[in-house]
Amino acid sequence: MASLQSLDIKRRSATTLPAPDVRVGHEEEVAKLIDVGRCIGCKACQAACLEWNDLRGEVGTNTGSIQNPPDLTANTWTLMRFTEIEEDGKVEWLIRKDGCMHCADPGCLEACPAPGAIVQYANGVVDFISENCIGCGYCIKGCPFNIPRLSRTDGRAYKCSLCSDRVAVGLEPACAKACPTQAISFGSKPDMLELASLRVEGLKERGYKKAGLYDAPGVGGTHVLYVLQRADRPELYQGLPKDPKISPLVSFWKGLAKPVGLGVIGLGVLAGFFHYVTVGPDTVEEEDERAAERDMAERRGR
Amino acid sequence: MTYIERYTRWQRFIHAAVALLMVLLILSGLALFHPALFFLSDLFGGGTWNRILHPWLGVVLVVGFALVFVRFVPDNLWRREDSQWLRQIPDVLAKRDDKLPAIGRYNAGVKIIFWGMTVFILLLLVSGIALWDTYFASAFSIEVRRIAAVVHAVVAWLAILFLIVHVYAAIWVRGTMQGMTQGRVTAGWARKHHRKWFDELLTKETK
Amino acid sequence: MTNSWTDIANSDLVVVMGGQAGDAHPVGFKWVLEARSRRKARLIVVDPRFNRTAAVADLHVPIRPGTDIAWLGGLINHLVSHDKIQHEYVTAYTSAPYLIKQGYGFKDGLFTGYIEGKRAYDMANWDYELDAQGHVKADPTLQHPRCVFQLMKAHYARYTPEMVERITGSPRDKLMTAWSWIAETARPDKVMTALYAVGWTQHTVGTQNIRTMAMVQLLLGNVGMAGGGVNALRGHSNIQGLTDLGLLSNLIPGYLTLPSEHEPDFATYMKSRGFKPLRPGQLSYWQNYKKFFVSFQKAMWGKAATAANDFAYDHLPKLDVVYDLLRIFNMMHKGEVNGYICQGFNPLQAAPNKAKISTALAKLKFLVVMDPLTTETASFWENHGEYNAVDPAKIKTEVFRLPTNCFAEEEGALVNSGRWLQWHWKGAEPPGEAKTDIAIMAALHLRLRELYKKEGGAFPDPIVDLNWPYIHPESPSPEELAKEINGSALEDVVDPKNPNKKLLTKGRQLNLFLELRDDGKTACGCWIYSGSFTEKGNMMAQREVSDPSGLGVFPQWAWSWPANRRILYNRASCDPDGRPWDPKRMLIEWNGTKWAGFDVPDFPPLSKPSAGMGPFIMLPEGTARLFARGFLKDGPFPEHYEPFEAPIANLLHPKVNSNPAARVFKSDLAVFGKPSEFPYVGTTYRVTELFHFWAKHALINAILQPQQFVELSEDLAKKKGIMAGDWVKVRSNRGQLRAVAVVTKRLKPLKVDGKTIEVVGLPFHWGFTGLTKKGYPSNVLTPFVGDANAETPEFKAFLVDIEKTTAPAV
Repeated sequence: MASLQSLDIKRRSATTLPAPDVRVGHEEEVAKLIDVGRCIGCKACQAACLEWNDLRGEVGTNTGSIQNPPDLTANTWTLMRFTEIEEDGKVEWLIRKDGCMHCADPGCLEACPAPGAIVQYANGVVDFISENCIGCGYCIKGCPFNIPRLSRTDGRAYKCSLCSDRVAVGLEPACAKACPTQAISFGSKPDMLELASLRVEGLKERGYKKAGLYDAPGVGGTHVLYVLQRADRPELYQGLPKDPKISPLVSFWKGLAKPVGLGVIGLGVLAGFFHYVTVGPDTVEEEDERAAERDMAERRGR
Repeated sequence: MTYIERYTRWQRFIHAAVALLMVLLILSGLALFHPALFFLSDLFGGGTWNRILHPWLGVVLVVGFALVFVRFVPDNLWRREDSQWLRQIPDVLAKRDDKLPAIGRYNAGVKIIFWGMTVFILLLLVSGIALWDTYFASAFSIEVRRIAAVVHAVVAWLAILFLIVHVYAAIWVRGTMQGMTQGRVTAGWARKHHRKWFDELLTKETK
Repeated sequence: MTNSWTDIANSDLVVVMGGQAGDAHPVGFKWVLEARSRRKARLIVVDPRFNRTAAVADLHVPIRPGTDIAWLGGLINHLVSHDKIQHEYVTAYTSAPYLIKQGYGFKDGLFTGYIEGKRAYDMANWDYELDAQGHVKADPTLQHPRCVFQLMKAHYARYTPEMVERITGSPRDKLMTAWSWIAETARPDKVMTALYAVGWTQHTVGTQNIRTMAMVQLLLGNVGMAGGGVNALRGHSNIQGLTDLGLLSNLIPGYLTLPSEHEPDFATYMKSRGFKPLRPGQLSYWQNYKKFFVSFQKAMWGKAATAANDFAYDHLPKLDVVYDLLRIFNMMHKGEVNGYICQGFNPLQAAPNKAKISTALAKLKFLVVMDPLTTETASFWENHGEYNAVDPAKIKTEVFRLPTNCFAEEEGALVNSGRWLQWHWKGAEPPGEAKTDIAIMAALHLRLRELYKKEGGAFPDPIVDLNWPYIHPESPSPEELAKEINGSALEDVVDPKNPNKKLLTKGRQLNLFLELRDDGKTACGCWIYSGSFTEKGNMMAQREVSDPSGLGVFPQWAWSWPANRRILYNRASCDPDGRPWDPKRMLIEWNGTKWAGFDVPDFPPLSKPSAGMGPFIMLPEGTARLFARGFLKDGPFPEHYEPFEAPIANLLHPKVNSNPAARVFKSDLAVFGKPSEFPYVGTTYRVTELFHFWAKHALINAILQPQQFVELSEDLAKKKGIMAGDWVKVRSNRGQLRAVAVVTKRLKPLKVDGKTIEVVGLPFHWGFTGLTKKGYPSNVLTPFVGDANAETPEFKAFLVDIEKTTAPAV
């Protein structure tokens, strides 16, 4: 993916200067709503994603599940995850479309060391800019949802772009366009929140007492939202984290450690410098040499 | 002036090689550590080459350091006088050499650097492998990789601090550099800073 | 479909049974969820597997494959005994009040008239009792012991909930919940729709499966209603068009039938068609049969079809038997067929019993395959290891592959499940040497015609005389063909009452089949499509999305046969006085002078309600048949018969286990498996990611479902020591396949008559061509036995065994 001129950039990875703020704040934040309660797992979204983004993975093998490919890859930016649960003799088939959540506080962007390899547009989309990506995989460690994947071929990291190229020209993401059951909707975040509350209400009426919205406050909310039948236990949906946050390890590594680390190194150098100019070099004097000669002569003489 | 051989040609080579690798690793590592230093990656051909080269340089460093370790470990075993020397570190810094105990081939400062670097390089190796997603991404959980990232950063930072001390000490103590560049130190330098080693050399010579 | 895809949104209750609407028809399935959004509709899925459709359902009721009639018969019993039927509808619009002949009866699994040696019935007594005028006797109180209602009630009294649970394995609580939800729709303002597909048809009782649901829907008053009906979800984008245009061996377009050898002349042929009304004041629309037939003959043979030669009646073949798929391959297997043209069909994978098909193809002298893809059938002679273990050196069949374009590389109409003829335009040029099917068939015809002209032959006339008026004879255009199908006037016709009024103008396209004539002055390729391409233009290309009804009628989107009518039998959406049963679902109504509304009335527009004409105008009685008279070969009431391979004996009548009139050949009877050897029930189905044997040729689809698998329950897996991802071998008495095991909670052992019955799920898409990993077609397992009426093979219920095995050698 490439950086899109038509979208304002709100945040840019590994950049110490503030992002240009022309127009920022005026642009509407977008969101994709995935209503798991309406999803039949047809994989049209997966196919549309491959089509639009010109991705083709390998024809793999069946590993004992209808979930294929079995995991996200650099060529699989979205994946239907199928989970069967059985409680009180009642079987449920939870089918969740996995992919980038487009966090308001993106862990990937925080972790990225390459300037401009990850950007967050003012509309909330978090995009990987391939030409700036150095392939270090830090984004993978930064992501609370385990989404980015490194390509085996070009070494760069890839993930869902929320079809930023389509969104930039006023289209919905390819997956939302392809979804036959309107399990995927796309619009402004407020609109999607409103739609989500209707959908949650519908699920509750149908007996899903714990239905709810998944908007991950721990990462400042996301621009991909889920309506879950079992919002009390998101981990049922093949490990959707219950309260995702950027790991404190990552926050420390990419937060405090950076200025303090460099600062202390700087101080160390300065300490040496001032020690040198105040105490002066520890030199070997003529006298020391003579003493040594003396010692040597003494020994040899004996 | 009488000169004493302190390092052989091979020893100087291997130390210099490790030192050079360390410099390259620090530069390429810092490029990834702080965005303000990302420009350093240009020294390596850009960010991607920086990312590709850093771990391989690390592997070479580990090999080089292993050789250094094997060669120098006997002289870096801790002795009683090292503790005494360490207690008197203010005297060291204030150049009150006369008050310090007689020291063997290496003083406590060098030994701490030596053992410190040994531990650090081991940790950097282990954490570095866990971070090396090109080859090992599937071998470690993300949480382990996160811990590795922090360990790698913190340990590298400590290593840098150690090296600052190490390099500064070499600069500050005149005559030291010569040992590592030409292999020889003056008898006076040896007697002043490493009296015990100096004595041992004389004893050996006169036996 | 009686209704349309868009109409599903008007339902209060959607029952998916005998199909998997969400899995196999995901795009159309959106209307089910639309019904949920708009009307808080509920969704019931009755299926052996908890499938993708069940994932969004309100209730999933597991059922043993092949026991749908028991389930639905029990439902009829429940509705009747709990008085959950729409009385006024049932009395006025169905055959419930009619009296049946004294001689009709049912005992121990057999209806009266069974002829043991022929595996067939004499159906003479399965009929109405007529009065002196030739009209059916009726008892509007429904109390007469021989009225259809009472006979039906007695027939299904045996289907108690206990019995249904024992036969089907559906747990009682779920069964009762489903039945009570369904029963609620007996109210005039509650409507249920039934969605099915080949999960009902691919049984030896396939036709009767569908009939049973039709009976349920009639009892509930849900036929003709917006949001109701019995809706076949078509598996191919144009399979509806295939049947409409009569691409079955015994049909000609528009559901007219080919003559049999017992009908040597036109008069005899017409005697058993063109039915006279059986009740006073009824329309009996098939009385127009002759108009449709003669116009068809004119379209076929033009000037060669004249009144003098009975419109070239002799040009039509006269059938001795029905040459359905099973029979043709049985004949081929016996060496009685020399050549086979296989157009858009992959029988090596699609017909039952692959081994038999493969042997049969090897006995041909030539095989022509017209297809855009390299099909398994075209490559049946290639050795692909265990996936197609044949010896090419021993196969003498000469195979010709004629590459055709795919649908997007030509223009034309596709007919969807809802009978909409939707014109589409060419999206790309066909690759390489690919030609349209039309061009290939035209070239074949022109060469044959030349040969027949030159060399004569026993009877060259049907080919030499064939009407071929196209501008480019070697490549007729789709528009020309569409116009021919719609029909045109061959001569001017004036109104006999008013000589100044011209009814038809020579050469003009017809507006509708109402204009067809039996005197040879009109030609029409398919009467039900008449109106699709008129002087106003190509109606199939209409793309107006307005919907004044708010009920998804979309009258100007494409064109729906017949007469652009969107919901069949829509007269039945109103009460006998012409008022809608549910004013919120008003499709049409009697406005005092005529029938009008949002849909095209399925009724003579000026027939007053007081005239008493019934809403089912195609039938001579004007009402819907709860009793099938003499039309279905296996009984006037659907009866539960076990599949030909079943894990238990028929609990209702153990002596008549399976359908006594089903299509089965002697040699195939020998290869049915026994439950002692093959204890598990196998059933085949599609997965969403792949379409039949085509989509595996597309890379994205291959990525999404790369390798063959079989599904089995956790219990069975544990018993057999099988883990998810292991290789398993599935065997039937006809063959075996090897695939990866998917162990799932979505298949559960069923309690059937006290026994535990396991179902093994066999998705059927893989083969030895395409981009997926190689696999087996499931027809290595399936039995060679078909439905009594439609001859559809029984792919949905048979016996298998399963065991763990090793991966195939690469």
